[in-house]
Amino acid sequence: MSVIPVSWYLVLSAILFGLGVVAFVFKRNVITIFMSIELMLNAVNLAFVAFARALNQLDGLVFVFFVIVVAAAEAAVGLAIVIMLAQNRQSLSVERVNLLKF
Amino acid sequence: MILPFILFALCALLAVGGALALIFAREPIHSALALILVMVSLAVLYLLLGAPFVAAVQIIVYAGAVMVLFVFVIMLLNMGVEEHTNFSKIAKFAAWPLGLVLIVWSGYWLFHSRAASAIGTGAAMVPSSTRDLSKQLFQQYLFPFEATSILILIALLGALVMARKEE
Repeated sequence: MSVIPVSWYLVLSAILFGLGVVAFVFKRNVITIFMSIELMLNAVNLAFVAFARALNQLDGLVFVFFVIVVAAAEAAVGLAIVIMLAQNRQSLSVERVNLLKF
Repeated sequence: MILPFILFALCALLAVGGALALIFAREPIHSALALILVMVSLAVLYLLLGAPFVAAVQIIVYAGAVMVLFVFVIMLLNMGVEEHTNFSKIAKFAAWPLGLVLIVWSGYWLFHSRAASAIGTGAAMVPSSTRDLSKQLFQQYLFPFEATSILILIALLGALVMARKEE
């Protein structure tokens, strides 16, 4: 079928994960920080699928399935926390979340 | 046989461009739309890798359910553009060197990994059948599969309890 080297997919996955880390540190909005976590999870999923194809085993695809399920559960709980935060602080900036700061 | 290369290049550019747009967008809703672009182009890459089931789950669960939840919360709260303070300047200068070092380092090791160099001949690139995948999922991974259903139930209850208004 396709003759694209698997290492290209892995490098793309590394780039997307790095950009996710940059977004995680760079962004000041709680929701956007959540979205950068989702971006990192997606990058890892791409590496899982690429390795599954490279080693010709299906376990990687099953792991991708579990990662997607956990990400969906995490998004549901996380966004509920974000809604509570917005009600209590009237802001979504992470710098307003400083009750536990020394 | 130039078509897969064009498709790969297009989707890779769209994914990286979407990730950059997520970083540089000021409005959260623009970041969400950029992330949807990344997820759809990743689904096309999964099809190109011969994993149609994962591509379908990616579209349905990620681009469908999870991102609709994100967009819904952004629209519901409507907090406008993000604010920048002195601390966010430090974060801005720390983020890029950190990310670049991570990209180069992990990209180098993944590019030279044993699994990546062993193949690429094209012989292994037949599409994986959903039947084999479901056999794997419901036989070898049956217990983790059932555990995820409990996890989803707990997450559902937790989200309900937290989002509820206090009397």
